Amino acid sequence: MTEPVLQVIDLSMHYTTRQGEVKAVDRVSFELAKGEVIGLVGESGCGKTSVAISLMGLLPDNARVVGGQVLLGGDDLLAMDEEQIREYRWQRISMVFQAAMNALDPVYRVGDQIVEAIETHDPNISNADARDTVDRLFGLVGLDARMAARYPHEFSGGMRQRAVIAMALACQPDVMVADEPTTALDVIVQDRILRQLKAIQRDLSMSMVYITHDIAVVAEVSDRIGVMYAGRLVELGDTSQVFNNPIHPYTASLLSVFPSIHGEKHELVTLGGDLPNLIDPPQGCRFHPRCPHATDVCRRDEPPVVDRDGHWAACWNPLQQWRATSDQ
Amino acid sequence: MTSDQQPTNQSLSTDHRPFVTVKGLTKLFPVSRSLFRGPRAFIHAVDDVSFELQEGERFGLVGESGCGKTTIGKLLVKLQDPTQGSITFRDTENVLSDQPNDSGYADISKTKGQQLKAFRHKVQMIFQDPYESMNPRRTIFDTVAEPLVVQGIGNSLEQLDRVANLLELVGLTPPETMMFRYPHELSGGQRQRVAIARALVVEPGFVVADEPTSMLDVSISTGIMRLMLDLAERLGVTYLYITHDLAVARYMCQRIAVMYLGKIVEVAETEELLSNPLHPYTRALLSAVPVPDPGHRREPVNIVGDVATPINPHPRCRFHDRCPMATEVCYDSPHPPLVDHGNGHLVACYRV
Repeated sequence: MTEPVLQVIDLSMHYTTRQGEVKAVDRVSFELAKGEVIGLVGESGCGKTSVAISLMGLLPDNARVVGGQVLLGGDDLLAMDEEQIREYRWQRISMVFQAAMNALDPVYRVGDQIVEAIETHDPNISNADARDTVDRLFGLVGLDARMAARYPHEFSGGMRQRAVIAMALACQPDVMVADEPTTALDVIVQDRILRQLKAIQRDLSMSMVYITHDIAVVAEVSDRIGVMYAGRLVELGDTSQVFNNPIHPYTASLLSVFPSIHGEKHELVTLGGDLPNLIDPPQGCRFHPRCPHATDVCRRDEPPVVDRDGHWAACWNPLQQWRATSDQ
Repeated sequence: MTSDQQPTNQSLSTDHRPFVTVKGLTKLFPVSRSLFRGPRAFIHAVDDVSFELQEGERFGLVGESGCGKTTIGKLLVKLQDPTQGSITFRDTENVLSDQPNDSGYADISKTKGQQLKAFRHKVQMIFQDPYESMNPRRTIFDTVAEPLVVQGIGNSLEQLDRVANLLELVGLTPPETMMFRYPHELSGGQRQRVAIARALVVEPGFVVADEPTSMLDVSISTGIMRLMLDLAERLGVTYLYITHDLAVARYMCQRIAVMYLGKIVEVAETEELLSNPLHPYTRALLSAVPVPDPGHRREPVNIVGDVATPINPHPRCRFHDRCPMATEVCYDSPHPPLVDHGNGHLVACYRV
């Protein structure tokens, strides 16, 4: 493999709340190669969005990174001050947020907002060139160039999401972090945006971290999948390996609870229990209170990493062979 | 209600006539209204929709945002009144209508007062958002017991008993401690269980469930789906299940109606609809659903453009502007009627 574009090493991030420290991200590590899409999946509160905003250095006031490194082309983003990180954010690493309606300023024309973003990061560019870039970006995401002169309220939900993607592409970043970009959209619109995003990513050979709760979406967009549970990355591997032979029991249950319209209609599987409280996370493996395979050691000690040709999971009782029928 | 009607009622309860009949249901919302003029434009949220539900059936309404599925749900529980059309419920005890009638059916459009209260006893709704549909200052007991209090069912001891039973049934255990908690102490999944308990506490015959799992995580939502299926079987409740998610509808519903811009465009039994979709919109919708299998390649979605606004739409087929199969007939004729293509598979399309 070539030199990774992005390296996340032992990233930990906490929120300070009145109830105590919420350990939202706990020693998460992964690498992203050039032109690769890695999908981060997990349920709400598993820390996937916290990872994203840590990568971007866009933390709310009560959050802080307590350890680890985020290396972008070898430079540690977490060690930089605000002045330095501004050189990287949006130009080298950019982000598409979940709520596209909140990412656009309602009182400015959409085109002007993107022009402003381009001019901020490249003070030497002429206004005409910046406007040409906007036209090109709109074409790329499938928006009519005339829409640039309109206001956000004149855009539908899908069009806003396209505009936000255009804005994230404005400075040709090496890495794009997409946080549930299609979650609020209807399936037909989602389908179009996913296809377009994938095509752009391929054409520009851009690297992408795609964050979602929807395993069907990651199955379609990502080369590799990282599964998060309670602030930890519990499994990482090639998409087809993770889907066909999951190692971690949580991954297996996540795959089997997902209802599908294709194949045999199998029994609805449920996963008992609730997500753990991250102020005081369970000892040992964080999944043990809900895990059907939990043993004493899981309740006591941190799980070891099981590596099968680069597809790994952190588990004491890794699954050997998954029921091959259940992904049908 | 009177004893001489008893024999007729007995015979009616064994017949196969529908439990709920919806005919020509239309709901228009005015979009512009001035002081001196009436409204000139209307959103056709629901436009001439007809269907029937059998007793104990789980019927799904599926479609994208703005297709009118939630409005139908609200019309059926009488949270809103239709502009046109009728909704008839089986009413063998003759409690929903103030005019004595021995048909065993009641049109709920004229139901009010005591009859409306009786209707609320029989029909309940579960809302989408478990965070917004509960009073944060009231305990779980207050919330679940409220329908009993309103309906005047039982004394407070009996109510306590009933609520405890229901909480047990929906898996909120132990009920003695859950009862006196407040909504903020519960997770989303637990709150949705409370909402289900509240809807079922008066033992309704008919429940409208409006996307009850769409705000929840998958590992939680399958639990809620199983619970609702289990209760449907045990209590014989008739469900109208509203969802945008076809995979969820597959598990929850025996029959599915697909809606587009206020119209039902296709109705069929669930597996028939998924394996043999006939309407071009249903086909597009099915091919747009991502598949949780990296080896699977989906067919491309072959429709163009975006959903039009339902403000004073053309009388022609609602889908004509996006349809890959549209021809002159689709532009020149009124919206196509639902036609039976065998085994109750109804499709509203000239080109099928």
